[in-house]
Amino acid sequence: MKGLERILREHAFFAGFPEDQIALVAGCARNHRFDAGQYLFREGEPANEFFLIRHGKVALDIASPGQPPIVMSTLEPGEIVGASWLVPPYRWTFDARAVELVRAIGIDAACLRGKCEADHHLGYEMMKRFAPILVKRLHATRLQVLNVYGKR
Amino acid sequence: MFTESAEMARMPPAASGDPFVPRIYCVDRIRRELSDTVTLEITPSQGPRPRYAPGQFNMLYAFGVGEVAISISGDCADDRTFVHTVRDVGAASRAITSLDVGAAIGVRGPFGTAWPVTDAEGSDIVIVAGGLGLAPLRPAIYHVLANRSRYGRIAILFGTRHPQDMLYRDELAAWRRNLDISVEVTVDHADRDWRGNVGVVPALIARASFDPHDTVALVCGPEIMMRFAVNALRDAGVAPDHIHLSMERNMKCAIGLCGHCQFGPQFVCKDGPVMRFDRIASLFAVREI
Ligand SMILES: Cc1cc2nc3c(=O)[nH]c(=O)nc-3n(C[C@H](O)[C@H](O)[C@H](O)COP(=O)(O)OP(=O)(O)OC[C@H]3O[C@@H](n4cnc5c(N)ncnc54)[C@H](O)[C@@H]3O)c2cc1C
Ligand code: FES
Repeated sequence: MKGLERILREHAFFAGFPEDQIALVAGCARNHRFDAGQYLFREGEPANEFFLIRHGKVALDIASPGQPPIVMSTLEPGEIVGASWLVPPYRWTFDARAVELVRAIGIDAACLRGKCEADHHLGYEMMKRFAPILVKRLHATRLQVLNVYGKR
Repeated sequence: MFTESAEMARMPPAASGDPFVPRIYCVDRIRRELSDTVTLEITPSQGPRPRYAPGQFNMLYAFGVGEVAISISGDCADDRTFVHTVRDVGAASRAITSLDVGAAIGVRGPFGTAWPVTDAEGSDIVIVAGGLGLAPLRPAIYHVLANRSRYGRIAILFGTRHPQDMLYRDELAAWRRNLDISVEVTVDHADRDWRGNVGVVPALIARASFDPHDTVALVCGPEIMMRFAVNALRDAGVAPDHIHLSMERNMKCAIGLCGHCQFGPQFVCKDGPVMRFDRIASLFAVREI
């Protein structure tokens, strides 16, 4: 447990997170390893866990019927994978695939949601970290769909 | 804080002669970069090629069709040719991208301001390019690589639409092999064979390693991409007077007379194309999209 706490404390996502609350989050955490090509999760599956990348690159793929999947985004060490665990109905809306060997910490969503309900300070700290990431990703997606490099 | 004046003082004087009269150049070599983009190497049919500084542009005249502003994308250390990378977007650029080796082309220039590569010595350099925006930055990249020891960390961050649209692919790969600079490429979309980054250039800025208090950023790409890049640089702590952008506006005279290229109180042809962000911040409103 202490090892997980230390790893969480060193992860960029938890920079400045209150010490006692790190311990609470660590209670919901476990280590993962994904080989290249392995999926962290698939579209439609229940969003039971989200991931903090420690090592390696994760691709977020979207597939439409009859088309090969396209990569919408890649994520690197220090970043988090997945926000669908935050909002009902808690299902993944894309695939997350290890492009290379990935080491990550998985946080059990039901466990963390329960702790956030019980301790709103913890819930607010988590939201303060998730909200800017979600806003940045929304802006990035807007920029991507504008096709800015095409002919005007 | 540094000023542009030192850089301006070092800039080559405008070519002698009537600035409205194009000189005749000859197309020496052509390289197809992408389906709609070629790089031309051109040499003067008579006399020496004028000096230029990284970031400056020429007015290229396709005889009988029209004249367009095109950045110089070659190596300033080569004193024989002008190198231009041109994308076919309309009548004049199509005529230029359709020229054959040996064809004649009219050239006025070089014009405009330069990237502050000398003033930036001693600092970390972050070069942020989007799509064809890599062309005006390439002379600056050649310069900093040729004078590597004069700079701190160097990061070249390049965004493009798709792996197949990658300008200067071989050169990017060659720059990347340098162990003492960081070259990161990202694409807007890719299929699953692509093992590199997918996402927008500002995300690369957030991941790059540089000292924000002693960094000079050179940015060129579509204006909307530059807005996002400036935001990311500002978020990382880079001061507005250390961020330089290359602006594009339609040009006619290119010597500050006609007003075609007006950008607020400034003329992009003579006060730009390279402009310091703090001087244009109010015009370059960083809006939500
Ligand atoms: C300082 C400066 C440096 C430049 N450097 C380069 C360069 O290195 N290489 C290069 O290829 N171009 C460069 N440009 C842009 C180039 O000048 C224009 O693309 C050119 O004027 C188009 O002229 P045209 O007659 O071919 O097309 P037009 O008939 O003027 O335009 C045809 C269509 O293309 C669109 N268009 C015009 N300009 C652009 C553009 N910049 N990007 C995308 N679509 C456009 C127009 O909206 C129109 O729909 C530069 C411009 C400036 C001001
Ligand atoms: S193009 Fe005439 S003033 Fe700039």
